Amino acid sequence: MLFNSRIYVTLRPSVLDPAGVAVQSGAQQLGYHGVDSIRIGKYIELSITAESEDQARQQLDEMCDQLLANPVIENYRFELTAV
Amino acid sequence: MKFGIIVFPGSNCDRDVAMVTEGLLKQPTRMIWHQETDLSDVDVVVIPGGFSYGDYLRCGAIARFSPVMRSVVEHANKGKYVLGICNGFQVLTESHLLPGALIRNRDLHFICDRQPLLVERKDSVWTQLYSEKEVITLPLAHGEGRYYADDDTLKDIEDNGQVLFRYCNSTGEITDDSNPNGSLNNIAGIMNKTGNVLGMMPHPERASDPSLRAIDGRKLFEGLISSKILVNP
Repeated sequence: MLFNSRIYVTLRPSVLDPAGVAVQSGAQQLGYHGVDSIRIGKYIELSITAESEDQARQQLDEMCDQLLANPVIENYRFELTAV
Repeated sequence: MKFGIIVFPGSNCDRDVAMVTEGLLKQPTRMIWHQETDLSDVDVVVIPGGFSYGDYLRCGAIARFSPVMRSVVEHANKGKYVLGICNGFQVLTESHLLPGALIRNRDLHFICDRQPLLVERKDSVWTQLYSEKEVITLPLAHGEGRYYADDDTLKDIEDNGQVLFRYCNSTGEITDDSNPNGSLNNIAGIMNKTGNVLGMMPHPERASDPSLRAIDGRKLFEGLISSKILVNP
């Protein structure tokens, strides 16, 4: 079975995101003074062939843990849909 | 003492290291392409600076899964020496040979400068030729060098005395102003618990040649070669 997944990798709340702070100041320069915070993460689209949804989820979990995210500094979550 | 220098696609300080170990210090040295897996002839593995695999995804993230890294982990687990400089430090944290992570500099700038460092201890194979609390100056060249670890890990590193180098001012004081990239506790270089693996953001290989009038990094390599302190395998 083929699945499409959308993976979101975000910095853990305890990690300072200077790029987010810089973009936030840009938004404020643009006149959006209501912007309280911006944090920048990664969005990954991945398609995967697996025997079942469970197997696809397990493989995605492993990949996120080892490669796509660094658990020391990042959290991840993903959505999975059968094609 | 035979040196092996790992070469990933995108490494760019590999020849600088060889220039020191082979050119200046006359030690047998060979370049190890990232597809190689046999490191049995090598005493010290050096993972050099650069942009391995273009730093895609995260610095060091993809290098971790190249064929040579499995052998580097085995080499380290035998108690043999592994030195990661700059991008090499990032590869070592991604590979879990060292704790923590290196993330975007606090002020977002790529730092290319000379920086005073405090040598925290001299009872390591890496710093045995320095004096305790000596202030040295080494070049920095990185965009992602801010050392980060969670509170428990940081406490563990400090309690175990794993910090070898800290960013400091010219008189050796550890201050916020002398912290170039926002690293926690001004950390510039750490060892693993057994002391045979060192990762550091500053470049000792760029300060080893007298003709550059900067030689504060040389004693790190000379210490390794004399290697009076041996790590138990």
